[in-house]
Amino acid sequence: MSKENILAVENLVMHFGGIKALNDITFNIKKGSVSALIGPNGAGKTTVFNCLTGFYKATGGHIRLTTDHKDTSVIQVLGEPFQPLDFVSPMAFIKRLKYKMFGGSHLVNRSGLARTFQNIRLFKEMSVVENLLVAQHMTANRSLIAGILNTKAFREAEEEALQKAFYWLGVVDLVSHANRLAGELSYGQQRRLEIARSMCTNPELICLDEPAAGLNPSETEELTKMIRILRDQHNVTVLLIEHDMGMVMDISDYIVVLDHGQVIAKGDPENIKNNPKVIAAYLGAEDEDEVGL
Amino acid sequence: MDIVLQQLVNGLTLGSVYGLIAIGYTMVYGIIGMINFAHGDVYMVSAYITAIVVALLSYFGIESFPIIIVGTLFITIAITGAYGWAIEQIAYRPLRNSSRLAALISAIGMSLILQNYVQISQGARQQGIPNLLSGAVRFDIGDGFVQITYMKLIILLVAFISMGVLTYIIQKTKLGRMCRATQQDPKMASILGINTDRIISIVFVIGASMAAVAGVLITMDYGAFDFYVGFIIGIKAFTAAVLGGIGSLPGAMLGGLILGISESLFAGLISSDYKDVFSFSLLVIILIVRPSGLLGKPEVEKV
Amino acid sequence: MDSSIDFKKSLIDSILAGLMALVLFGPIVGIVLDGYDFNTEYDRVAWFVAIVMVGRFGVSCFLQSSKGKEMLFKRSSGDSGGVIVTSPNYKSQMIWIIPVVILVGLLVPFIASKYVLTVVILGLIYVLLGLGLNIVVGLAGLLDLGFVGFYAIGAYGLALGYEYLGLGFWSMLPIAAILAAIAGAILGFPVLRMHGDYLAIVTLGFGEIIRLILNNWADVTHGPNGVSAPLPSFFGLEFKRRVADGTTFHEYFGLSYDSGFKYMFIYLILFLVVLLVLYVKKRLVKMPIGRAWEALREDEIACRSLGLNHVLVKLSAFMMGASVGGIAGVFFATYQGFVNPSSFTFLESALILAIVVLGGLGSTLGVVIAAFGLTVLPELLREFAEYRILMFGVLMVVMMIWKPRGLVRVTRTGFATRKGALK
Repeated sequence: MSKENILAVENLVMHFGGIKALNDITFNIKKGSVSALIGPNGAGKTTVFNCLTGFYKATGGHIRLTTDHKDTSVIQVLGEPFQPLDFVSPMAFIKRLKYKMFGGSHLVNRSGLARTFQNIRLFKEMSVVENLLVAQHMTANRSLIAGILNTKAFREAEEEALQKAFYWLGVVDLVSHANRLAGELSYGQQRRLEIARSMCTNPELICLDEPAAGLNPSETEELTKMIRILRDQHNVTVLLIEHDMGMVMDISDYIVVLDHGQVIAKGDPENIKNNPKVIAAYLGAEDEDEVGL
Repeated sequence: MDIVLQQLVNGLTLGSVYGLIAIGYTMVYGIIGMINFAHGDVYMVSAYITAIVVALLSYFGIESFPIIIVGTLFITIAITGAYGWAIEQIAYRPLRNSSRLAALISAIGMSLILQNYVQISQGARQQGIPNLLSGAVRFDIGDGFVQITYMKLIILLVAFISMGVLTYIIQKTKLGRMCRATQQDPKMASILGINTDRIISIVFVIGASMAAVAGVLITMDYGAFDFYVGFIIGIKAFTAAVLGGIGSLPGAMLGGLILGISESLFAGLISSDYKDVFSFSLLVIILIVRPSGLLGKPEVEKV
Repeated sequence: MDSSIDFKKSLIDSILAGLMALVLFGPIVGIVLDGYDFNTEYDRVAWFVAIVMVGRFGVSCFLQSSKGKEMLFKRSSGDSGGVIVTSPNYKSQMIWIIPVVILVGLLVPFIASKYVLTVVILGLIYVLLGLGLNIVVGLAGLLDLGFVGFYAIGAYGLALGYEYLGLGFWSMLPIAAILAAIAGAILGFPVLRMHGDYLAIVTLGFGEIIRLILNNWADVTHGPNGVSAPLPSFFGLEFKRRVADGTTFHEYFGLSYDSGFKYMFIYLILFLVVLLVLYVKKRLVKMPIGRAWEALREDEIACRSLGLNHVLVKLSAFMMGASVGGIAGVFFATYQGFVNPSSFTFLESALILAIVVLGGLGSTLGVVIAAFGLTVLPELLREFAEYRILMFGVLMVVMMIWKPRGLVRVTRTGFATRKGALK
């Protein structure tokens, strides 16, 4: 099992009121791969992401996240409505109540899935280092007493967190900007900081939502290298949404194509390039040429 | 039995007034996504204007009740609407791009300003207007009876007419379409040539006008008021808006009616000292059990 | 940039504003109700309209000047401004100032007159309230409009705890903090998962409900008549003129009785508590929990994506703030010797919020200064007491438009560069 899929999405359905955003999505992501989720605008890519990362509670289907240490059902930890059976079985009731009260997307992250956002979400009025320290909240020394008395153990834990923060700043080449406000950074730097921040939560799977949007070609090149480093040196599986087809074809091992809330093709880049359905979806749906197949 | 029926009738009138005020909360929330904290005080201002207009009319020797109520309604709606407009201009528009917290604090500030401004101008003592219309319809039921004063009948009538007119405006007219479009997507609406700033102003004016209708009706029924009345009634109307589903117009009306009736029943059957505690607990319970309210759509976060 | 000013446009703006002012102020300011009759005050309306017209003219001219345009541009571009990160080896001048302030603070009760001392005590109580609310509003970005409810819990906790359970000041100090925190948890847990605005209105209701209960539940709280509250004791010695059993403070030390002693003692404890809270606050922003609060204020969704349970993090800020409010309440009760519901109205919450807003959301020093400013000044200018609330309101609106971060600049501490390593 451990070498298999890190993420299994089965029959995922998502409705907003009467609008069916996702219809019966099924795909698997292999551990250690770089996979991409592509499709025309409005195909439902970001909706899939939001379901995977627990920001939307899917209307139906299963999402299983299988990391090295834990097996998580993403939909369950968000807190489901009570079922009639719960009132018979106290254990099931307590479990559901627990997730209803304390569940949420943060549990998805704690299970080893980190994400970035299409419209960058940094803590703009905090410094760059502090952004990375917040990301280590779960591993930090959170004891109130130790913190207020500034004990040795607390200082050591803080130092360790700082070391880790500066390590990741080194990886994304932002060490010299450590003490600037995150909001002051340039667009490309903010994108890199966001990736570093999500890496600070020790994920096994990282979901990048349009990481190359707004970057120039050389920055995109850098990003591609960085994604490879993440996978090769840090054992992270990468799932990304991207419009830059050159980049997608370059780094992906596996591609899932969505259109109108449905999976229209899955496979390796070579396969996808020549898939008539994919070509039709792109050329039929859009005038502007982002595709470059 | 008759007490229950009597409280139902009282609750219905009270609730229709809550519904009118709740419309102001729900429309503003729908369009700019924030609670208009000064709305209760707009209601309070309208109560003062009602009394002033009634006093002026009697000074000019107008005694006929229909003229008084129609005149008061028109003048009060106009002036209170102007207050709604001015509040938006001063305390909300400059903060359109600021953080939520800043806008909220500014709204609280506005509420304090209105309260104290009225208190200083008109004095802190309680004010009142004379009883303009007496008499009631009485139904005998078994040993007891239920009575509805003519004033309460007028409240029901005017409240439902106002709601009907508003619903018509929002559903059928061009202005209403523009309001709904701005509520759905302000950016897109402005790209399509809708002056969203103006629409937001209009929504504030509509909300204030509805509060003004409520102010006229309640003031004519109860007679007494002071500069503090907007506070509690504001929280209750907000509860009504949340109960019905904030952002939903029919929800505000429904929520108002349910809150008014349940509060009257609670006051009549259990304890009138704690009826405010009851309404407030209701608010907390709705927020826990069904935050989107009865008719509201569940909120989808934009991630 | 064209800096010529179009006076004609300004004049038109001014006349329109004047007409609007006439409509707005005409009835409320010009016609004062007197029973079912009224008196007219046309001169007041004229003044109001004139002020609005002149003000509008001035603003209109200013916004057309180059400086005004610059300000408009800054606003529309959403420039936050005012936050700076200090360099890692920056040494604050406060190191020299703090000991002096502490020394002066400790000397105050021995030099000040009794009246000044009581005013300063009240000021310090508001410092405490301001600090408590600043954790909630300033750091965590949660608008709490019922802070006075926690203050009331502390104050009534002391008074009722003494009456029914015989608990004194020293035991109630921690118990009140815990009680207030529990009340905060019960109130906050259901509401904190919602949109921030709901919290504002629920807390607003909560503050009012607490007051209503204190007023109406007369069997326990004695209703509007209030309850008396005990004084703190000095290692068991009371600050009364005489007690039935045991010795009093002045007897034990062979001093003649002076009612000022109790104020001195309350002042000293309060001063130490304020220092402690200041220190804790200073530490909190450098601890994971404090950083999480601020991060949550900046972006809740990002926080959730990083594994932070936003409800619990907010709840911790809410409870922490509430407990400081409870402690302030205990001091208030013992200082007054008596509590009744009229001390805990919404206006009190508004005052505390005004302190936080003026001092700066998140700034500690600013809050201390603002607390003294807003409590001591009205004490000195009693003839303006009527306009106090109006002033708070104007202050909130103006501050939010002009300087939402408060008057004191917010600084963040920088970190020295590390080599960086994992594990």
